[in-house]
Amino acid sequence: MLYREAGQFKTSYAKDQAVFPIIQDRWFIALILVVAYGVVPFVANEYWLQAVLIPFLIFALAAIGLNLLTGYAGQLSLGTGAFMAVGAYATYKITTAFPEINILVVFVMSGFVAAGVGVVFGIPSLRIKGFYLAVATLAAQFFILWLFNKVGWFYNDNPSGTITAPPRTFLGIMVTGPEATAETRYLISLTFLVIFALLAKNLVRGRIGRAWMAIRDMDVAAEIIGIRPLQTKLLAFAISSFYCGVAGAMTVFLWLGSAETEAFDIFVSFQVLFMVIIGGLGSILGSILGAAFITLVPIFLTNAPALVNLPMPTDLGKHIEEIIFGGMIIFFLIVEPNGFARLWQIAKEKLRRWPFPY
Amino acid sequence: MNNARDIGDVLLKVEDISLSFGGVQALTDVTFEVRAREVLGIIGPNGAGKSSMLNVINGFYHPDKGRITYKGTTRTKMRPHEAARQGIARTFQNIALFKGMSTLDNIMTGRNTMMHRNFLWQALYLGPARTEELEHRRAVERIIDFLEIEAIRKTPVGRLPYGLQKRVELGRALAAEPELLLLDEPMAGMNLEEKEDMCRFILDVNDEFGTTIALIEHDMAVVMDICDRVVVLDYGRKIADGSPDAVRTNQDVIDAYLGVSHD
Repeated sequence: MLYREAGQFKTSYAKDQAVFPIIQDRWFIALILVVAYGVVPFVANEYWLQAVLIPFLIFALAAIGLNLLTGYAGQLSLGTGAFMAVGAYATYKITTAFPEINILVVFVMSGFVAAGVGVVFGIPSLRIKGFYLAVATLAAQFFILWLFNKVGWFYNDNPSGTITAPPRTFLGIMVTGPEATAETRYLISLTFLVIFALLAKNLVRGRIGRAWMAIRDMDVAAEIIGIRPLQTKLLAFAISSFYCGVAGAMTVFLWLGSAETEAFDIFVSFQVLFMVIIGGLGSILGSILGAAFITLVPIFLTNAPALVNLPMPTDLGKHIEEIIFGGMIIFFLIVEPNGFARLWQIAKEKLRRWPFPY
Repeated sequence: MNNARDIGDVLLKVEDISLSFGGVQALTDVTFEVRAREVLGIIGPNGAGKSSMLNVINGFYHPDKGRITYKGTTRTKMRPHEAARQGIARTFQNIALFKGMSTLDNIMTGRNTMMHRNFLWQALYLGPARTEELEHRRAVERIIDFLEIEAIRKTPVGRLPYGLQKRVELGRALAAEPELLLLDEPMAGMNLEEKEDMCRFILDVNDEFGTTIALIEHDMAVVMDICDRVVVLDYGRKIADGSPDAVRTNQDVIDAYLGVSHD
């Protein structure tokens, strides 16, 4: 009843092309932002911020990055973890070499480093497609992590082989390092996600997004109407890797505090890919929903037995959790292969027509 | 029926084009010209090399030999995106739309080569990028009105019926504001009503925008009706070239279509 667009007339193309053309959607998004900024930091405890919300925000950013490449441009990639590692290590190198540069600027700079690396590993995409390209990006995954382990320069010859977030401030507030509060790190992560999600949405609804989707849907036709495949694919790799790089930098500096290359291994690549598939290929909102599902559901399942006072050994609980989680993924993919984004869309269409079935 | 329009100079000239795939000779020494503002029909039995000829013209295939002169410049090799930039657009025999995108986005994509703002502006979606986007939207809406597909603007093209998909594909080609429009069997698989609509659109495009059109078609009634001139290919060779009436009575053409008696 509340979700009606009757009476909302679009009188210009600008209004028709808005991200949220319906007023109810705008209110809904505004409400979410108000809660995320104004309520969550005050009510959520350290555990919720550190173990749930911060990883969710970071993975949502990485998932948006991968979705630009795989969902929009149609280039399957298994190198997400490696591109995230590039961002993390680049941030570490830059901020230890030039401590005076603002850490948030360093995040963005490392994004550009990751973009450069992404372009190099995107070059094979001109010749190979689909699963074969996925294998080529797998090479990036293994090579880059091996390189970061092997060459001491990347972790400043630290004997433990880890990179640690040094204390850095932004506007006088500690944002990284052991003294930064979870609230600060949450707010910074949230801001990065909001800004970059908006930028990604703008990209995909304009010329570049259409070029990506054209390459994805029918590359021959795209070429014939004047889209250059090499430039378009490499731009997708660059921007996707930029997002992953920033997410990687945030993983170490805003979430874990210190990390080895294991934090970015192949399982991270798969995890982000699952987020994109479950959330919905070719949808920015889907990336965020997918990240929420993959990061939040295991935590919910871990805590569920305790909530209903069901005593259970930890290892059994862990195994049951994995079984249920795997089952849920299969269930969702069978019910809606196009992911949460499509479910959301169907729900909105149904709401709009309610109470009529058609 | 089209005699009232003034047919201009030669817009495109193909000379001695030969093309082979391995041992198969697809085209052999084909020479013809397309004049500005005319509707040229390319006909021939199956496998005569008609689609290959279009692919050569827009740079998708590179001929083994021969020259192509377009708007006064001669070239042997060209990439498809260069052809697109120079005003050659085409549609395909099997619909080649971007299935996951809406009608509007498909047609907008046709204007991609005319949009120049870089990705930073695009990401911000402010100022020049926004103005550019809206300007092109306006142009695309004119095409949507022209083709009478207002109602399916926001529908993903994968869900549309075949006849409408063909129309959207024509819209995408038109969006690039081409000087030369290559249509590969625009009326294949359509019913009479859809064919009549398509004929009307083709003639209107030719008439209103002054677009030169080269089309491949198997429906002889359509070809004879709307084309100013017809080129006939058979086994990769040109066997006739002239007005529809002249081609219809040409003995080589009759032989190619009906076969030769061997007694």
